[in-house]
Amino acid sequence: MIHKNLAKELAASALQMVWFIVLLFPFLVMKVSVTAGTALVRFRWGSLPAIAIVSFIASFAWGRALEWNSHRGDKEQKRTPLTPIKEAIAAALARKPIRRVVLLVLLAAVAVYPFALGMYHTNIMITALIYVILALGLNIVVGLGGLLNLGYAAFFAVGAYTYGLLWKFVGPSFVSAGIATGWLFWIALPIAGTIAVVFGILLSLPVLRLRGDYLAIITLAFGEIVRMVLQNSGPVTGGATGISLIPRPWLLGLKLPPKQAATYIYYIVIVLVILTIFVVRRIEDSRVGRALEAMREDEIACEAMGIDLVRNKLSTFALGAFWAGIAGVVLAAQTTYINPDSFTLWESIMVLMAIVIGGTGSIPGAIGGALLLKLLPEYFRPLAQYRILIYGVAMIVIIIFKPDGLFPRNRKKYTFDAQATEPQAGEAQK
Amino acid sequence: MTNTNAPILEIKNLSMVFGGLRAIDDVSLHIKKGEICALIGPNGAGKTTIFNCITGVYKPTEGSVAIQPGDGPAEHIHGLKPNIINRKGLARTFQNIRLFSNMTVLENVMIGRHNSLQAGIFKAIIRDRATREEEQRLIDESHEILKKMGLAMFINETARNLPYGAQRRLEIARALATDPFLLLLDEPVAGMNPHETKELEETINLIRDRENVTILLIEHDMSLVMNVSERIYVLDYGRLIAEGPPVEIKSNPEVIKAYLGE
Repeated sequence: MIHKNLAKELAASALQMVWFIVLLFPFLVMKVSVTAGTALVRFRWGSLPAIAIVSFIASFAWGRALEWNSHRGDKEQKRTPLTPIKEAIAAALARKPIRRVVLLVLLAAVAVYPFALGMYHTNIMITALIYVILALGLNIVVGLGGLLNLGYAAFFAVGAYTYGLLWKFVGPSFVSAGIATGWLFWIALPIAGTIAVVFGILLSLPVLRLRGDYLAIITLAFGEIVRMVLQNSGPVTGGATGISLIPRPWLLGLKLPPKQAATYIYYIVIVLVILTIFVVRRIEDSRVGRALEAMREDEIACEAMGIDLVRNKLSTFALGAFWAGIAGVVLAAQTTYINPDSFTLWESIMVLMAIVIGGTGSIPGAIGGALLLKLLPEYFRPLAQYRILIYGVAMIVIIIFKPDGLFPRNRKKYTFDAQATEPQAGEAQK
Repeated sequence: MTNTNAPILEIKNLSMVFGGLRAIDDVSLHIKKGEICALIGPNGAGKTTIFNCITGVYKPTEGSVAIQPGDGPAEHIHGLKPNIINRKGLARTFQNIRLFSNMTVLENVMIGRHNSLQAGIFKAIIRDRATREEEQRLIDESHEILKKMGLAMFINETARNLPYGAQRRLEIARALATDPFLLLLDEPVAGMNPHETKELEETINLIRDRENVTILLIEHDMSLVMNVSERIYVLDYGRLIAEGPPVEIKSNPEVIKAYLGE
């Protein structure tokens, strides 16, 4: 039996090898050089065996991996050498004092980060943390509400442009009145959040009846419309050139030099991330959050349970958009320059990818996914040209082997005192 | 409460047309307070369509649906949205189970109690004392419902992982959580074994007797229908062909013809 299977697998791998050779032949074997108007085709036969060997091994390994994956559920309880370690860590983390210590250490590490690693790394981290806020916001829409939004960058743009336009049109009067322009940032934060919410509601109105693919396409179009409007409203938004010299936030009326300003923004964004996590966690574990999840699971049943879908969808988009607006302001303040190119479809896709890789509907997933997706490319610059390829492979691998993401959500468990006649209950534990 | 024979649900001349198909043709029926009533008929007779018209999934083409849960005047509910109709006290289950399958059993029931709570987004974020108490009450009440339905041991289980019979029961538990006066069960025992069916039969009786919930059910399992229901409506090709107590229905030649063919 085993021999037969093995032979089958080898045959399949050989077939795939042939396919790869055909597929890659024009790229890796043929080389066309154009000299003086005539094309010269050279055949590099030497690369042929390399393609053959690599594709054969890769396809065999892939088949094996798929096979292993499909049988993984059967022996779920099987203990590996790592199991006791995993259990010990889980047990330790379940205890409150230990969890507190871990949290404190983490906070301390976060606090000293800019001093320990300098401005370069601080700036990278700020960008990554902006993505964390975005991912947490989109996670409300996609992860909880189940509404696939491909136009999320539009809200990000709305936030950034709110700050930019405030600076452009209100800033001069600040300057002439002698008020520190650094205050604008703080004024922009709530305004941007609010305007993004308004846009979120505006977008949700036409898409109330849509779901799935249709919703994705409309939101995609919405994202592009916002970008095009920004690009073509030159007199107001500066068109493709955008808005520059946006002020960084000042520390209590004190203008900081760029390095200190970066540190300051870093702390601001950390506080915003913590605020976001706090709010999103509370929403997730509440009546509102459960209603959103019910909508994701089954709209018809959700409505039959008395939940108002219209209201639910409005609040989903509004809640998601708010965080994108906030993140936009921080981006504008960090880079001091914004133009429509920062808010393309690619940005929306990146945030979505962060959620999928981290774990849809999971807060640690959104954080982890965003950090991975933003930090790794910065530190693996030499591989930059293969970035998209690596993203693609990573997505496929994760969707097949870990469909719940790298950091899946732990659903809340409720405990009840079984002996008690009156169910006293439930100290709910996370 | 004074007049136990007053209909709490009255459907008059209901028709539902899909394109050229008349799925329901001039159906009138009523449900009295406190009874268990069955709606039977061959496949495609329009039973689920009637449920969908009652619960607002479809807007009936013609006719009216009215409810009168209390002593007040009857209220028309046709054309209202499903969530509004649910709030008025009509809850349903689905023929093909529609649980919130990635959520836990308790959470499924908690969603059923959505409208017994108030907390909005800001309350959820601030989580003041009132909200926490409300949340705790919600958990306790939901737990209580699950105990009644014999699902207490599954509380933290993901709904998707429940045994089939338990999933059907959970759907009923979730519907009960919305505090209905009328419960519409769409094939509650489909796919269950005889033992599970017997258990559910008891549950249905209990729901009526203890919770004072009137029940209208669609079912193909004739032993359940005959045992549990007090009155039966028979539907064929979108028309009502018979109405009466189980004994009469069993021997009604029209019904036999509809089920067995000529």
